[in-house]
Amino acid sequence: MLYDFLIQPFVDMATAPDFFLQVLWEGLVSGVLYALIALGFVLIFRSSRIFNFAQGIMVVFAALTLVGLHAMGVPAWIAVALTLAVMFVLAVTIERVVLRPLVGQPDIILFMATIGITLFLIGLGETIFGGENKVMISEELGIPTGDTVLEPWGGLLILQHLDITVVVVATLLVAGLLAFLNYTQMGRAIRALGDDHQAALSVGISLQTIWVLVWFIAGIIALVTGIAWGARAGVSFALEVIAYKALPVLMLGGLESITGAIVGGLMIGMLEKLFEIYWGQPFLGGNTETWFAFVLALIVLLFRPQGLFGERIIERV
Amino acid sequence: MLDSSEGYTTADGRQIGGVLMEMKNITLRFGGVVAINDISFDIREGEIRAIIGPNGAGKSSMLNVISGFYTPSEGEVFYKGSKRPQMKPFEVARMGVARTFQNIALFEGMTVLDNVMTGRLTHMHSGVFSQALWFGRARDEEMDNREKVERVIDFLEIQNIRKTPVGRLPYGLKKRVELARALAAEPSLLLLDEPMAGMNVEEKEDMSRFILDVNDEFGTTIALIEHDMGVVMDLSDRVVVMDYGKKIGDGTPDEVRGNQDVIDAYLGVSHD
Repeated sequence: MLYDFLIQPFVDMATAPDFFLQVLWEGLVSGVLYALIALGFVLIFRSSRIFNFAQGIMVVFAALTLVGLHAMGVPAWIAVALTLAVMFVLAVTIERVVLRPLVGQPDIILFMATIGITLFLIGLGETIFGGENKVMISEELGIPTGDTVLEPWGGLLILQHLDITVVVVATLLVAGLLAFLNYTQMGRAIRALGDDHQAALSVGISLQTIWVLVWFIAGIIALVTGIAWGARAGVSFALEVIAYKALPVLMLGGLESITGAIVGGLMIGMLEKLFEIYWGQPFLGGNTETWFAFVLALIVLLFRPQGLFGERIIERV
Repeated sequence: MLDSSEGYTTADGRQIGGVLMEMKNITLRFGGVVAINDISFDIREGEIRAIIGPNGAGKSSMLNVISGFYTPSEGEVFYKGSKRPQMKPFEVARMGVARTFQNIALFEGMTVLDNVMTGRLTHMHSGVFSQALWFGRARDEEMDNREKVERVIDFLEIQNIRKTPVGRLPYGLKKRVELARALAAEPSLLLLDEPMAGMNVEEKEDMSRFILDVNDEFGTTIALIEHDMGVVMDLSDRVVVMDYGKKIGDGTPDEVRGNQDVIDAYLGVSHD
């Protein structure tokens, strides 16, 4: 029994490396999307200390808007541009209506406000686009279908072209974002604001401008995630649930760290898949993916309360 | 009293220009507390102007009024000859007023170089999209900023820590990085809030030298708050003395030193 649980799975991995790679690849693709969502959280948290509960619904809202616009007869790429415009208007509105009046309030109040935004967006989305499931317009956007079959060690490894596209696009987006944050003045302003508000004001950084910018970037990330996830699983309000997968990612990676969000996302994506296939299905009746990430995060928190990459909290006594 | 348009010549022979900033009858209240009580003074182009006074005299409040962090309850601020409307701190910064803080406000997670680069934000003209795509104006600007920043870094002798995250630096160096960030903005008015606070003698001497050099080399107008009387008297051209929110003296260091009210305030004569 103990052997079955502790040793046998690794023997399985070693004897069928092609299947192991397949599982790892599937996990990687989910992980990339978790990382993207977590990145949205981290950006907003770093620049405004707000834990943005609405990140998940922004994914749904962006995807719904895109599909909805296309259903009204707007050509696919113009619909993408219009959706970006909508996300920008959303960022401006949130800053103006929600954040600005609440500047300087305790964090928990701002957090509650983002729950309010979540509920509002759910209502707005259902009113405008209806609550039924929709199909992502992947074909119109030129997202390739089909697959490539590799045969490592005489085995079988199937890579969906959709998944490859998702990984490539997400990698480009993250690389671009990192370059923007690290090597441009605007990027420095965003990082600066997260470190010290007063100092940021004294060098001429406007809170309002940066907040709009950051929420807009979070909106862009939401749209990309929405398209990718929508193409895999359809567009519905259930998509919001994947945003909660970002929570254990954040616990692992820490709320402050961009690297943490990326590594945490990939780790959770791959580990939960491996656990499901090699342990969950044979021993626990499957469907472990819904809770594995949270348990993993809790175990990590026991040993490193600040997460794997978070800033160490040193209390001065 | 000096005429507002004409300058004067300092004891060491430097020529000081006309009025850069003028505070007129500034009063600042927090509820029932009067932090600043009807104070007027001016800061002239090219001079080093000090604001001194015992603890709780209202010096820092005055600096915060100048830099836009506080809005005065009464009174007016004139900058470069025209009345300044009510402004947010970042708008004041963009008008060419740079500052440092008493308790050091740096971006701890960023490197020294990145910190100093943020000082150039007031000179940013390219848009978000040009920056995101890294072409044209944004790129030229970044190069130009980098060059100016390197010059400031050389000037303040912090080349060897350029890539170090600020959080790891000792106190004295942090103060210098903060000065570098303010200088990178090429300000027309540089505000220093207790630049020597908490420093040892050697660090104080370094800082004094840098302040004098900045003023000398770039002709930057400097207004500073300081506790250390010795330092103030050596550094500054003119001194405003505050006590309990009121102005009790204004003049050259020698004039102020002989002022009976100032002596009383510092030696602690009972107020009745």
